[in-house]
Amino acid sequence: MAEPKAYELAKKQRDIGIAEFFARNRHLLGFDNKRKALMTAIKEAVDNSLDACEEAAILPEIIVEVIDMGNERFRVVVEDNGPGIIKNQIPKIFAKLLYGSKFHRLKQSRGQQGIGISAAVMYAQLTTGRAAKIISKIDPKEPAHYYELHIDTQKNKPEILKEETKEWNKEHGTRVEIDIEASYQGGQQSIDEYLKETAITNPHCTIIYTNPKAQQIIFPRAVDSMPSEPKEIQPHPYGVEIGVMISMLGTTESRTLQSFLTTEFSRVGSGTAKQICENAALLPNTKPGDMSREMIEKLMEGIKKTKLISPPTDCISPIGEEQLEKGLKKEINAEFYTAVTRPPAVYRGNPFIIEAGIAYGGEQEAEGQIRVMRFANRVPLLFQQGACAVTKSITQTAWRTYGLSQSSNSMPQGPCTILVHVASVWVPFTSESKEAIAHYPEIIKEIKLALQECGRELASYVRKKRKIHEEGKKRSYIETYIPHVGTALKELLGLKDNDREKVESMLKEVLEKHRGKLESIEAENTEYDEEFAQIGHEEEKEGGEDSD
Amino acid sequence: MKKRKKGARTVTKVIEEIKSVAEEIYNKILKKKQPELKTPLRSLINVKYDEKEGYFELLGKVKSRTLTASTVKTFAQTLRMMSLSKELVEGDDIASKREAYYISKNWEEARFREQPESDTVMDDIEAMLMVNREQLGFIPEEKGGEVAGKLIVIDKDRDTGKEIKIDCTKMGSGAYSIPISVEDLKFETNAKFVLAIETAGMFQRLVKHNYWKQANCILVSLGGVPTRACRRFVRRLSDDMKLPVYVFTDGDPYGFLNIYRTLKVGSGNAAHINKYFCVPKAQFIGITPQDIIDYKLPTHPLKEIDVKRVKDGIKNDPFVQNHKQWQKALNQIVGMKVRAEQQALAKHGLNFVISDYLPKKIKDSKTWLP
Repeated sequence: MAEPKAYELAKKQRDIGIAEFFARNRHLLGFDNKRKALMTAIKEAVDNSLDACEEAAILPEIIVEVIDMGNERFRVVVEDNGPGIIKNQIPKIFAKLLYGSKFHRLKQSRGQQGIGISAAVMYAQLTTGRAAKIISKIDPKEPAHYYELHIDTQKNKPEILKEETKEWNKEHGTRVEIDIEASYQGGQQSIDEYLKETAITNPHCTIIYTNPKAQQIIFPRAVDSMPSEPKEIQPHPYGVEIGVMISMLGTTESRTLQSFLTTEFSRVGSGTAKQICENAALLPNTKPGDMSREMIEKLMEGIKKTKLISPPTDCISPIGEEQLEKGLKKEINAEFYTAVTRPPAVYRGNPFIIEAGIAYGGEQEAEGQIRVMRFANRVPLLFQQGACAVTKSITQTAWRTYGLSQSSNSMPQGPCTILVHVASVWVPFTSESKEAIAHYPEIIKEIKLALQECGRELASYVRKKRKIHEEGKKRSYIETYIPHVGTALKELLGLKDNDREKVESMLKEVLEKHRGKLESIEAENTEYDEEFAQIGHEEEKEGGEDSD
Repeated sequence: MKKRKKGARTVTKVIEEIKSVAEEIYNKILKKKQPELKTPLRSLINVKYDEKEGYFELLGKVKSRTLTASTVKTFAQTLRMMSLSKELVEGDDIASKREAYYISKNWEEARFREQPESDTVMDDIEAMLMVNREQLGFIPEEKGGEVAGKLIVIDKDRDTGKEIKIDCTKMGSGAYSIPISVEDLKFETNAKFVLAIETAGMFQRLVKHNYWKQANCILVSLGGVPTRACRRFVRRLSDDMKLPVYVFTDGDPYGFLNIYRTLKVGSGNAAHINKYFCVPKAQFIGITPQDIIDYKLPTHPLKEIDVKRVKDGIKNDPFVQNHKQWQKALNQIVGMKVRAEQQALAKHGLNFVISDYLPKKIKDSKTWLP
């Protein structure tokens, strides 16, 4: 009798390394094609740099260099003036997936999972075989540490190829250099556009960018103050799923369920904790470590039944209406701008803030779809627009009442740019590559409210403009006939030519007096920077394709 | 250039009037005030029927043209038209309504697109200055109507200024054509009445059979709605010669309300000059709704526009509102839903109209309409 087939199959069954998994599924991390790979690699490095600088309260100054090495090979260098990384951590941070400080930490930051930069390192290794070169310095008095790293994809562990101390003429900061297979293109989904939009929503940072054509573009700092530091908060009971709850119960130092609830969660005092226990039919002095799965399920039910105060919302740092408007003005030469920051709201226990801005008219294309700029925690989102909650919110808003044309449930048309920023302690993306925001009803509702607020401002502008336009047309129509009145009176009364001219100029005055001064309501934009606006638009034809 | 004798006084008067309007506007502009032209509203809603005098008279409603988007063009056009009028009058020249329209083609944006626009402005100036368009140097295109019968018209020779006598009994199978201006004509007649006829066809029949000889009358062909000259001509026969005027039209709302009503009391559109251009003493001896029944006349169905015209007349026409008999007749014809032409009398023989209808009608004033 033959051995059961299962034994044979079992020989092939083995652990799959997380790194190995992602190596094979690189599209999940945003490395699905060469063009996007370049963009994602830079984005991950820049996100990390900005997060690090902000946590250390340093005004960021980031140098980005992309060098074309021919044969579809590019060297990407990202250098910051952040706090640096201590020696021991460097290999893990850059060469171990899912290693980081930000995962399941409830604080508004760009990075969330601890995947991004190590994925870039892994991608470099896979496509060029070259090691990532890292240099980091934490203090002027300390030496800089230099590493050349690979990832052991089977074990998801750093492989250190070279390790030494170096002289680095910088007070503190980190520099990453990787060689990747990629292709460079301008346009709306380019690295140029990404850095520009980053500059718009991060006016406190300076970015010095050298593109593959060896052109240097500097996005100088626009404000000299740091954005308010986002606070880290404890999870809110409503936002915790059973799996997380189990692991939290397993690792807590609290001795009773009641103290577990009060110490590990936000918005739970001893009264509320007792009420949760009561609703869950559990004793408040139950030992967290001893709870069975059934008891934990009862606890979840109990939490659902208990009315809780929403989580604190001061943990989020919005860009602010003024800065948003400024950013729009810099990018778009429009005639009308408006921006709004919504009060904080909550989805599944996670606080978030929606901000929206509109730039209307001016030099923007009068025909065709409006332009959408999406941001999550100040990071521009350039891909997967169609899958994003922002897009859904825009198409579900009735723009016709606000003066844009729109067929039902689709993108509005007209000379308009809409910017939406979602800031949250935990932005729910549809995938690890963080390209689109998931469709949470609470988030969509808030985005719509923000859009409506902007829309109302827009509508009143458009109405006023139309009125002024009509008035202008009427006035110039009336003025057409003034010379005829002059000529007729000249003939009728035998006036001289200068009398006729007097009649005509007087009539113009009478017209002005009766109809009032012709208003001008178009905003004068002194912020607009034509060169800046041009970035990311040079090769629109080739650049518009979304590749997912 | 030879000055028209009669005109000298009116000429200066018209020019003075035009100039004073222009000066008023000029002074307003110099004071930086909104200049404005006010002209009487020429419409049935702005007339009342003066029962004693027997014609439509203007009420006080005016329309204003000034520097607004909806009126500025007409404002400028009115001034330019006044300027053209002044030029014509000063140069002892005339322009037909159509010519005036073509002259405006030099006025760029202020030109008239269609002739009705320039006619309207012309009529407005008339109404504003309370003169008639001939005094402004503008003449109509259309003929004034035709005359045959017991009348001698005394006109002047264009070149010599000598009197010419035109005997309307000696027109053969033709007729005397009423000139555009009838003010200077004189008449000699011993006719008993004037018969004004709607259609040229019926006029021809009556001329051919020398009806005027038999009835001792003057025949006037109105040719549809009578022109101003035609109305004035008949009016002068009515006033100066003290002749009764009978009007013979088709039996339909157009004949009643457009032709007869306009001849008798004038029109809303020309209410400012009705005083002179109507014949208050005219009487209707045309086909009445009752005649259609009594004479068993062949008919045509009433058109939608006819019904509308009647309803409009009953509702808005002050003349109809003043005459119960007309209201009755109009309601009757709408009720019958038919109309009959003058020529329908031919059913009873081609000369029935001469031998029976007209003699009977004229004798029996009870069959008339006021």
